[in-house]
Amino acid sequence: MGLTLQFIPHSEIEDMGSARRVKKLIDVVKENKIVLLEGRLKKEEEKDLIQITMEEIDNKFKGIELAVINPENKEDSIFTKMKLGLVNALMRDRTGLTIIGPATIVKEIKQNPDKIELLMTNNAAKSKKKVARKRKR
Amino acid sequence: MKILKKFFNGFLKKLFGKKKQLKLGLYGPPNGGKTTLANKICQDWIGEDMGSASAVAHETRTVTEKEKIIIKRNGKELDFNLVDTPGIATKIDYEDFIKKGLKKEEAKKRAKEATKGVIESIRWLDEMDCVIVVLDATEDPYSQVNITIVGNLQARDIPVLLVANKIDLKKASMKKIKSAFPQYEIVGISAKYGKHLDKFYDALFKLVK
Repeated sequence: MGLTLQFIPHSEIEDMGSARRVKKLIDVVKENKIVLLEGRLKKEEEKDLIQITMEEIDNKFKGIELAVINPENKEDSIFTKMKLGLVNALMRDRTGLTIIGPATIVKEIKQNPDKIELLMTNNAAKSKKKVARKRKR
Repeated sequence: MKILKKFFNGFLKKLFGKKKQLKLGLYGPPNGGKTTLANKICQDWIGEDMGSASAVAHETRTVTEKEKIIIKRNGKELDFNLVDTPGIATKIDYEDFIKKGLKKEEAKKRAKEATKGVIESIRWLDEMDCVIVVLDATEDPYSQVNITIVGNLQARDIPVLLVANKIDLKKASMKKIKSAFPQYEIVGISAKYGKHLDKFYDALFKLVK
């Protein structure tokens, strides 16, 4: 099994209600794919995502790793912040990027102001090695 | 809507003459030291523990409430119910508990209860009047769980105090926590050893009053 990243454009979820949005994202993650969602969920939806993840946990599905990347930098000047505020108001939740991965594949998403790192679990590394070996044959 | 809610709450309080007890919640990721801090507060002011703390994550799996804690400081009193909540996580794997020495069945049971605990914690968010978010100062503060908790409290207009616990440990970094949440006042403490608890109580008074 290889590693699959699925990009979901914001247009694909913008007409959905909160519950359907969250369900859609969890369904994709449960297929062992890493979701790259254009933009971000509302705070309330992020909370619902955690809640529903907990309801879905079983012997196979161990939960998710989640990170939201914002274009806003805490050290930005007031002018830049105002500019980004205006962009946010116009674009609503389309700015930034949300990464959601299954906990069985993504061990940790390390986030700090300068970089984002996806640390994979041993299982994911093994399956990548297997794919590489198969290709060599 | 919020103004209307406040108005009706105030109106009902006046009408029935009974003041609702202030609920102070302890929130945060698992193993941050919420129960250790709850025990310290309870020991300091009512002379008893609130719950059991452990090095194995998800020791607290149900919401517990200790009623009528009165803190006295500089001639002022703060009267509240303290609510200790299970740690909020995005993943729970029973195999992690096996690695900590639990038997398979015991680990599965703990994992199941832990998932329910997270759901319960989230449901209780709306019940809180003030919240202390307890972060482990030795861990990465940029975890999305921390950001989601703080963001949801902010969206609900619930006053928040951020506490960086375990500052007695070498790995602890107040600087990292401050840079992750620059808009909040952060108090660095060691709940285990009672370090800087005075500063914590001062900040608590400031938050509630």
